Amino acid sequence: MKDQQNLWAFMYQESDKLLTQTLQHIGLTFISLIIAVLVGLPLGIFIARKKRYSGAVLGIAGVMQTIPSIALLGFMIPLLGIGAKPAIVALFIYALLPIIRNTYTGILGVDAFVTEAATAMGMSKKQILFKVELPLAMPVILAGIRTATVINVGVATLASFIAAGGLGEFIFGGISLNNTNMILAGAIPAALLAIIFDFLLSRLQNIRLKKLKPATATIPVLLLILASLYFIPSAYGSKLLAGFTPEFMGRQDGDLGLKQKYGLKIRTIVISDAVMYKAAFEKELDVISGYSTDGRLKAFGLMVLQDDKGIFPPYYAAPIVRQSSLKKFPDLEKTLDLLAGHINDSIMTELNYRTDYLHQSPERVAKDFLVEQRLFKPSCNGTDGVVRIGSKIFGEQYILAQMYSMLIQGYTNHSVSTKTGLGGTKICFDALTNDQIDLYPEYTGTGLLVLLQPDSKIVDSLTVDKNKTYNFVRTEFVKKYNIAWLKPIGFNNSYALMMRQKQSDQLGVKTISDLKKYLDKK
Amino acid sequence: MIKVENLSKYFGEIRAVDEVSFEVAEGENLVLLGTSGCGKTTTLKMINRLIEPTSGSVFINDQNIMDQQPESLRLGIGYVLQNTGLFPHYTIEENIAVVPQLLGWDHARIKERTQQLIGKLHLDASLLKVYPAQLSGGQQQRVGLARALMADPPTLLMDEPFGALDNVTRAGIRKEFLQLDELTRKTIIMVTHDVQEAFELGDRICLMDKGRVVQIGTPKELLFQPADQFVSTFLQSDRLQLEFRSVTLNDIREHLPKTDTVNKDQSLWSAMESADKDGVADLSQLMNAFNQYQTKIKA
Ligand SMILES: Nc1ncnc2c1ncn2[C@@H]1O[C@H](COP(=O)(O)OP(=O)(O)OP(=O)(O)O)[C@@H](O)[C@H]1O
Ligand SMILES: [Mg+2]
Repeated sequence: MKDQQNLWAFMYQESDKLLTQTLQHIGLTFISLIIAVLVGLPLGIFIARKKRYSGAVLGIAGVMQTIPSIALLGFMIPLLGIGAKPAIVALFIYALLPIIRNTYTGILGVDAFVTEAATAMGMSKKQILFKVELPLAMPVILAGIRTATVINVGVATLASFIAAGGLGEFIFGGISLNNTNMILAGAIPAALLAIIFDFLLSRLQNIRLKKLKPATATIPVLLLILASLYFIPSAYGSKLLAGFTPEFMGRQDGDLGLKQKYGLKIRTIVISDAVMYKAAFEKELDVISGYSTDGRLKAFGLMVLQDDKGIFPPYYAAPIVRQSSLKKFPDLEKTLDLLAGHINDSIMTELNYRTDYLHQSPERVAKDFLVEQRLFKPSCNGTDGVVRIGSKIFGEQYILAQMYSMLIQGYTNHSVSTKTGLGGTKICFDALTNDQIDLYPEYTGTGLLVLLQPDSKIVDSLTVDKNKTYNFVRTEFVKKYNIAWLKPIGFNNSYALMMRQKQSDQLGVKTISDLKKYLDKK
Repeated sequence: MIKVENLSKYFGEIRAVDEVSFEVAEGENLVLLGTSGCGKTTTLKMINRLIEPTSGSVFINDQNIMDQQPESLRLGIGYVLQNTGLFPHYTIEENIAVVPQLLGWDHARIKERTQQLIGKLHLDASLLKVYPAQLSGGQQQRVGLARALMADPPTLLMDEPFGALDNVTRAGIRKEFLQLDELTRKTIIMVTHDVQEAFELGDRICLMDKGRVVQIGTPKELLFQPADQFVSTFLQSDRLQLEFRSVTLNDIREHLPKTDTVNKDQSLWSAMESADKDGVADLSQLMNAFNQYQTKIKA
């Protein structure tokens, strides 16, 4: 009950954003849907006429449908940049197949006797299409449009990854921030949209064939109105454009802190971490929120703006392990600690660069490093129990998980199973507390601000000092969750604001305060 | 007037129609008769260009159909499909009005003509607002006929117009059909595989087999002067009834005892039905006369 009240309170408090996101969501869905109908319907008619092209057209549309949405969005960036354009194109591509396929099958499904009769009565090809084939195929075509709409409402949540807005901003922001209310505030309206549109279109489908005529006239108008909703919320201007992840947007040690402590006012769009660096490199964005050890920093010629007022707390990485697992595997702690102190910021950036940019496998990068550090031992092929290692869904975590896996196999008699790519913090941490995994690498700042979430006074007193933060999370985790923080690995993967090195030199912006000064200048 | 010259249609190896020629005079009703798959439908469809012939030509009123726009050609030819082919998304009223709509008739004229035609075809006005799926097979065939007749085309092509009906209903509809004034003036080509139907409705019959014409002639010619063994075998099972139906009292007049009260056009069949009441002759006299007629005509 309390949770529910909180949800309503959250939605009420964020109603501005919620409305904006919902309108953007509906807009994105229907802009792409209109384009997909405009392209898909004629294409479906075409292949129903010239069947020898049907295999190729349906095949291509089908293959495009199977491209994972995130990957598709990724492909779009070099071509179309970020924002609404690539999102609409991606959604259009997903909506295309059901529309083409249903138009095609709908027309082919029209009884041959009926079209022959129409021909025999003296109708032209065009008259047959509009008076006989399309009306008779309409229920099937509408079913295709209905499918496409529901797909689009779902996929449109991903538009937030490339700064096109929509309810995904809440959903993915909420997942990163471990904020259930925020997730629900995005997910519930998105689900409702899907249900409502599905219901409305199903009604349309059931209207008696005859009454469809006036209905078909109102549909395009309605679609256009829904599509135009996207343009209602408009951003305010500034000299530079910032792209922040949904997670960053909602954090005290993120956008909120930038506004409060620095008074930074910059035009901001929400974007996925996966495409942010590239977008900055391609000058789609000027300032991004990133991680200080990210390999792409090096790859894309970006530099970290100095956090001169200290709003980003330390994020020292260390393995966190279930205490029950430490008991079960007595030699585990000793083995994991082997890595402590071996990796500093620049080494981690370098390792990340090798996986993220040179596309070397995390395994290879991990092994090379351990060999170089004389830590590597070949696997003992142990049989004494299985240690389950988790990781979040980015390269650095993969590398660390691989290193721990190799160390455990080399130094102990246990075997290892890795469950990598467990999404964000919330998913990983839930897996740990629910005994799905024994350990994963975590960061002190995340442990403090995302998982423990103490009140702001405690936070302020802790985050100035990396040791204080570490000690606090270590004692609190044992108390609250029976989870142990082992020794820090050495590097600090904290949040940072970044710019292109070149632009930073040109503008003379080296710190966040410099950035604010530059923005406030007329 | 329809003239078909050496018309052929090959589907790959299959010679569906092979060198077919015939002529249909103005106002005449020619029946294409033959077993299933002998090429009747294919022949018919070549006349309104639903199928393009492999070779040969068709003239309607001395105009080669290949010189006309297919759409305008078809607008001038009524066509009744083998399986009605009504538009499932149109009401009966709209189905009937398809061709006039295409011709651009005004609303009032369409309405008036619809009323006139459904009266003649014994279709209930309440059916006009319903959809074809709600009609019985017989009602659907009447609607199909109404649709073909709506714009009063001079030429009518009919593919098994009573195909979907049981024998009793068929016989009833055939009677109505013969009495329909709409049809008497028209040049009609009608397809059937039903011998009785062909003899009852056809002025002349074109008997087909394996894509070729075997014999063209009046019912009597087919019966009494068959071109070959195929023709007589084809008619064998119904022969006696067919003969009684196609021979008129006029034909056997000279063999009857009293000739003054004879109705010349009455068929032998109907004379036999009424023989014992007020007939011109009793049953044995009629049979006698018929036998003499038969020996004479075969000689
Ligand atoms: N589109 C086509 N492709 C290939 N063969 C065809 C085609 N249409 C008809 N045929 C063949 O041509 C022959 C004549 O067919 P048609 O439909 O003219 O016969 P029909 O006399 O109307 O028979 P039915 O009384 O069964 O309707 C048949 O052997 C049929 O299989
Ligand atoms: Mg046929």
